[in-house]
Amino acid sequence: MSANLSSIFFLITGILFILALRGLSSPETSRMGNLFGITGMILAIVVSILSVDILFNNLLFFIIALSIGGIIGGFIAFKIPMTAMPQLVACFHSLVGLAAVLVAVSAYYNPESFGLGNFQDIKTASIIEMGLGVSIGAITFTGSIIAFLKLQGLMSGSPITFPGQHYLNALLGASIIFLISYLILNQSVQIFWTLIILSFLIGFLIIIPIGGADMPVVISMLNSYSGWAAAGIGFTLENTALIITGALVGSSGAILSYIMCKGMNRSFLNVILGGFGTDSSSSNNKEKGEQKPVKSGNAEDAAFLMKNASSVIIVPGYGMAVAQAQHALREMVDKLKKNDVKVSYAIHPVAGRMPGHMNVLLAEANVPYDEVFELDDINNDFANTDVAYVIGANDVTNPVAKTDPKSPIFGMPILDVEKCKSVLFVKRSMSPGYAGVDNELFYRDNTLMLFADAKKMTEDIVKNLD
Amino acid sequence: MDIDPFIFRLSIFVLSIFIGYFVVWSVTPSLHTPLMSVTNAISSVIIVGAIIASFSSSNVNTISFSNILGFLAVTLAAINIFGGFLVTQRMLQMYKKKEKKKDKK
Repeated sequence: MSANLSSIFFLITGILFILALRGLSSPETSRMGNLFGITGMILAIVVSILSVDILFNNLLFFIIALSIGGIIGGFIAFKIPMTAMPQLVACFHSLVGLAAVLVAVSAYYNPESFGLGNFQDIKTASIIEMGLGVSIGAITFTGSIIAFLKLQGLMSGSPITFPGQHYLNALLGASIIFLISYLILNQSVQIFWTLIILSFLIGFLIIIPIGGADMPVVISMLNSYSGWAAAGIGFTLENTALIITGALVGSSGAILSYIMCKGMNRSFLNVILGGFGTDSSSSNNKEKGEQKPVKSGNAEDAAFLMKNASSVIIVPGYGMAVAQAQHALREMVDKLKKNDVKVSYAIHPVAGRMPGHMNVLLAEANVPYDEVFELDDINNDFANTDVAYVIGANDVTNPVAKTDPKSPIFGMPILDVEKCKSVLFVKRSMSPGYAGVDNELFYRDNTLMLFADAKKMTEDIVKNLD
Repeated sequence: MDIDPFIFRLSIFVLSIFIGYFVVWSVTPSLHTPLMSVTNAISSVIIVGAIIASFSSSNVNTISFSNILGFLAVTLAAINIFGGFLVTQRMLQMYKKKEKKKDKK
């Protein structure tokens, strides 16, 4: 296939991908969008194969590689529980990063086939683009691995910090920029690999100081990085499809990071520098908490309250995901609806461990999406609501965000649960949330604490609703 | 003076960032998780680079180091393509089931 013709097809791939994202503007059009995406991908693969000289051996290995990947990917896609989506996405990001590194290394050792010049004599523009692509890819790879380990619970979610961390990162960052520039003068193997190793190292170092609650930002950020890595490789290979896609994914991840930061009222830099919710502050708050009286109740009380309410708003959080309580919750809501209680769901932008995490879990439990509302759409309704059922959420309901300028979560938009006539908190203990801030709502007269596992408590309430 | 083709690619890149910016802002927040998984899947279009690497050859009958890296990259990208699109489809399907159920009621 001629280079011009294949370029046109790659442009079409880019357009199909734009339509795929466009489809996500509403659930009705989203499935069509996904089909556009799949079509674009098939087109890109077919055109690429038709553009290379096909050798039998290579074709055989290519098909084997594609099949192995396809089987693994398909298997994961069907088996993965929806609660594990954040770690799956992190894991997928790492694969994009590593693939970018492999392609760049391959191009470095065999630039003739990519039309980039000769070994250690690659065109100046191409070697810079390659350097950038390989570096961002390597950062995405190790960064995503750490994010995956933290989300999967294989590594502590608490921030890991050490003295001089920021200086070390700054030094590494500067070295990477220097090495990429130095590749113009000297394309030696040593410099190329040093660049890769330093990039692997900095990817690891920038993610370890970031705590569990900031994971929505981290995942979005790595999403963005994987896009920029793809774009870098796209420039190297002079491929339009990769450049367009990289730009789309890069800006998508950046926007999601911005939305997540705004949901926590924190600057992006503040999240990246890490160390939020350290142990010292949370232990202080714990002591304070034990002194104040708390009203606690059981499933029977909760069922009574909700049954006699005319409206209930459910506020799910990460705790619901951990306890896998979404199905029990849906059952409870069905029972309440039979008793003519109006039920809706309120989702905070940073509820869960990735953007839209709660929405997917509720969708899995067959909750109609028109009963699920975003913060801005539902916040005024709390004042006219009888009961708020807060399941596994904490910081996002804390009124201290509005009242105490000294609090680490001050200024964060919150769900105005406090305005409800009564509030039910399903929580395992009095421990503060990830921000390490005590929630004054727990001590109010109209708050009833339900100390139990979110799923077990919800199931018990269901039994008591009969 | 001729314009360097790099400038054309840069133009495509910058314009695509703007398209991405506007398109992504129009995505409904309830679909942000599928958005992440689908962007993940489409960024695996890096497989086009992996294909070039897999079929690059200076010597017809041997599999070179570059080829092996290419095959590995193909495997990784394929996991992402199949996994990404299928899991997105699975999620979006859940948004559909509810609609049907509601209609029946």
